[in-house]
Amino acid sequence: MTGWIRVCALDDIAPLGSRVVASSQGDIAIFRTAADQVFGLHDKCPHKGGPLSQGIVHGNAVTCPLHGLKIGLKDGEAVAPDKGCAKTFAVKLDAGEVWLQLK
Amino acid sequence: MKKQKLVVVGNGMAGMRAVEELLKLAPDLYDIAVFGAEPHPNYNRILLSPVLAGEMTINDIILNPLGWYADNGIRLHVGKLVTKIDRVARKVVAADGTEEEYDRLLLATGSTPFMLPVPGNDLPGVISYRDIKDTDEMIATAATHKHAVVIGGGLLGLEAANGLKLRGMDVTVVHLMPWLMERQLDKVAADMLKASLEARGLKFLLEKQTEALLGGESGRVAAIRFKPAPGYDPGDGLEIPADLVVMAAGIRPNTALAESARLHCNRGIVVNDTMQTYDPRIYAVGECVAHRGIAYGLVAPLFEQAKVCANHLANFGIARYTGSVTSTKLKVTGIDLFSAGNFMGGPGTDEIVLNDAAGGVYKKLVVKNDTLVGAVLYGDTADGGWYFQLVKDGQNIRELRDQLLFGQNHVGDGGHAGVSKAASMPDEAEVCGCNGVCKGDIVKAIKSQGLFTLDDVRKHTKASSSCGSCTGLVEQILASTIGGAYTPADAKEKPICACTDHSHGVVRQTIRERHLLTIPGTMHYMDWKTPDGCATCRPALNYYLISTWPGEAKDDPQSRFVNERAHANIQKDGTFSVVPRMWGGLTTPAELRVIADIAEKYQVPTVKMTGGARIDLLGIRKEDLPKVWADLGAAGMVSGHAYGKSIRTVKTCVGAEHCRFGTQRSMEMGVKLEKMLFGMGSPHKVKLAVSGCPRNCAEAGIKDIGVIGVDSGYEIYVAGNGGIKTEVAQFLCKVKTDDEVKEYSAAFLQLYREEGFYLERTCHYVARVGLDHVKAAVVSDPLTRKALYERLLFALKDYADPWREAVEKPAVRREYQVIEIREAEVVS
Ligand SMILES: Cc1cc2nc3c(=O)[nH]c(=O)nc-3n(C[C@H](O)[C@H](O)[C@H](O)COP(=O)(O)OP(=O)(O)OC[C@H]3O[C@@H](n4cnc5c(N)ncnc54)[C@H](O)[C@@H]3O)c2cc1C
Ligand code: HEM
Ligand code: SF4
Ligand code: SF4
Ligand code: FES
Repeated sequence: MTGWIRVCALDDIAPLGSRVVASSQGDIAIFRTAADQVFGLHDKCPHKGGPLSQGIVHGNAVTCPLHGLKIGLKDGEAVAPDKGCAKTFAVKLDAGEVWLQLK
Repeated sequence: MKKQKLVVVGNGMAGMRAVEELLKLAPDLYDIAVFGAEPHPNYNRILLSPVLAGEMTINDIILNPLGWYADNGIRLHVGKLVTKIDRVARKVVAADGTEEEYDRLLLATGSTPFMLPVPGNDLPGVISYRDIKDTDEMIATAATHKHAVVIGGGLLGLEAANGLKLRGMDVTVVHLMPWLMERQLDKVAADMLKASLEARGLKFLLEKQTEALLGGESGRVAAIRFKPAPGYDPGDGLEIPADLVVMAAGIRPNTALAESARLHCNRGIVVNDTMQTYDPRIYAVGECVAHRGIAYGLVAPLFEQAKVCANHLANFGIARYTGSVTSTKLKVTGIDLFSAGNFMGGPGTDEIVLNDAAGGVYKKLVVKNDTLVGAVLYGDTADGGWYFQLVKDGQNIRELRDQLLFGQNHVGDGGHAGVSKAASMPDEAEVCGCNGVCKGDIVKAIKSQGLFTLDDVRKHTKASSSCGSCTGLVEQILASTIGGAYTPADAKEKPICACTDHSHGVVRQTIRERHLLTIPGTMHYMDWKTPDGCATCRPALNYYLISTWPGEAKDDPQSRFVNERAHANIQKDGTFSVVPRMWGGLTTPAELRVIADIAEKYQVPTVKMTGGARIDLLGIRKEDLPKVWADLGAAGMVSGHAYGKSIRTVKTCVGAEHCRFGTQRSMEMGVKLEKMLFGMGSPHKVKLAVSGCPRNCAEAGIKDIGVIGVDSGYEIYVAGNGGIKTEVAQFLCKVKTDDEVKEYSAAFLQLYREEGFYLERTCHYVARVGLDHVKAAVVSDPLTRKALYERLLFALKDYADPWREAVEKPAVRREYQVIEIREAEVVS
């Protein structure tokens, strides 16, 4: 297991919410779903660079706040018929702590 | 358990739509087999016309490729004609001997073209216009022969004629009736249509009855002969040359198979409202069906039937088909023509007509008992969708009547250069000014993706998905591309979003009646289809809950759009803007100094005045927002609601305080209103203005509430709007005192808060419920007014300053903090 960095406690992220992590690879949005799964995406919408962290989280997707593109949290792919892909980052949950792996 | 067997006879548009709907509801219920007589998978029959016209190819119009059948485990017997149904053994048999047993059987055999019973109708070169085979033959003949005759001047005949002409043939349309498309048009519109088709080189022979088709030396058809009409002049020729004769004189429901199985047929296969035939195991949909005596020949009603049928096949048992109103659009590029409902009128109906022959515009609306029952439009069809909606909804149009003919005033909308003729727009013309979508993009998406609804087009192209002002144009493009296959959704019944089947109205009512208090609770009770909704329904639910049950239901920040979660306005680069509160637009030198200091301290890149007469600090990073608010708070100021679905600002003129014309103290009145409404959430944004005299310098005529001072008191106007479409506010009432202005304004806003649908501005709300309804609650009945006023004050009493909370409460403040990580300390 290489390159895992502790980010925050799960409780620091609201359910169906997100937090922004500043990294050397740009801002990363960490999302928490209703089922307490966590996901990481580059905080830039493939459409016009909107901050995905500020969107509304639903199911395993987030809706971009600027023009409403829906992005899947697992793979960063826009939900059809939209097109585009946001970079994903590996994020895991361990004993109530959120960890991030930088590539 | 062994799966039940479903057999479908007819691999066409209605049959496959029913199967698609069924798979959505119950993907694993049946083992499905499909028979189709044509050697093709299901294709979009209505696009045969663009194929003939050379605008598309057969490949473009396939709806369900062979892979789709395989992926869904469907056995497709392509090219096999079913010749027998054995209802006792419950099996069907095809001409080549293939058999399938069924537990349930779906007949979707479409129709057969009517071939005139005249001598020579079986000659080579005499065809119908129904399928790919016919289309291919027409294309091939156009390459080798010259003279084409189309029998029948209806929708189908004209599309065939237009296509053959574009393929280089010399085309004559022969029609029995005195004018073209008599089932869809009145004479005036039909004559305009004829003139513009003649200008394209088509020829017409009206009131001509065919006597015989004559063969030539090659054995192929060579000429057509007519019966002499009464008063016939022997000098007129009775024959014209014809190398190709296309019969487009009508269709007959294809009931042969059903009749051979002794199923009751009368015009079509007779079905009830659940699409069931007289044999309860056998269902039928599409053109082969007669429902309440009507056989439909357009796609839209067939799709409705398919949906109902699927519901019953899936054992849900709740849907009913009760018939359809249809509309017509001719798919000839460049011709704008639309008709719907009962356009001929008759006893008990009135007509509203506009006839501008020189300008090429004709509109006729047929009205009966204060409802619109039919419409014919030629030349300018931008409002076709709106009229069709009015016909379908049966909406009372008494109040609209004097403006009805001028349409929904789409032309007044910004963003598409006032264009109102969809079909004659060039492909490069921009339709959606918000998302930069051109007509060509939309047409391409409709054709290549097989789109049928406005929602589909919005999803695929983004056209009309932002401000919505081009919706009418997009609907028209959809209609002119797929013809009558397009039906607008029922506005009243439209589900909030794909997560639910319920409309805004039903959800609001259920939340109230069932005393629902949480979003998950509502979703559970109302059978939401997704676990936690989406960005469309969650904000709506959140609003309905907290506005219906103030003090009980808890606000859910995660179900709010970012602006309302962060209490500032997001900008395109992800920064925010802050608009410090200036009650009524008043400020002081000290406040201006504080604002200036903040702008310098946080290096605010842009400072500008807003349209609501406030100062906007643009480009503040989210992390800095709480600091900016703390600085404002330290100086005794608060931020403003310049971003929310809430009260925005009260704009004022200087009024009697300073103005030489002023009759009322408008600044003071404005401050009172803004303070009373502090923190009021609403279905959409709410803007007020107060002017001190009728010169109205605060532009109160385009506000949700506009107050205008007069010598004897105030006039109150409501439901104005200065946005996408300018709406002038309507006079509500006149009052005497400042307290009355507060009470009446609050009552109107509370009524809107309780009855408005989420994202419905006051102008749309009042248009929906009617100004009389508003007056009854707010003006004529003091008790109701007082109760509304009290309820608003109750809802606002505990409103906590959100900016202070963000400064003081760590849990809220977290929302604004970026997490810093130390990448050097990687655990390896
Ligand atoms: C050129 C053209 C343009 C049109 N334009 C429009 C338009 O603009 N707007 C609009 O709304 N509608 C339009 N229509 C009408 C529309 O296409 C039909 O209403 C619709 O296709 C009917 O669907 P259906 O499933 O009932 O029948 P079909 O689509 O005809 O499907 C029936 C299928 O069943 C097969 N079949 C029949 N009997 C058997 C059997 N015994 N065994 C096996 N298979 C069998 C047939 O071969 C056929 O493939 C147009 C039609 C044509 C021909
Ligand atoms: C002698 C009397 C009757 C006979 C022999 C009969 C037979 C049948 C058969 C064979 C089916 C098909 C079952 C299937 O789809 O697998 C059926 C379905 C059905 N019948 Fe009857 N029936 C009779 C009377 C009635 C009556 C009186 C009613 C209602 C008042 C009725 C209502 C229904 C309904 C609602 C269905 C289900 C249809 C569906 O699921 O789409 N039937 N019946
Ligand atoms: S501020 Fe309003 S009008 Fe201006 S670009 Fe934005 S949405 Fe359009
Ligand atoms: S509206 Fe009347 S009172 Fe107000 S500034 Fe204009 S002229 Fe003066
Ligand atoms: S930037 Fe995300 S939808 Fe436009």
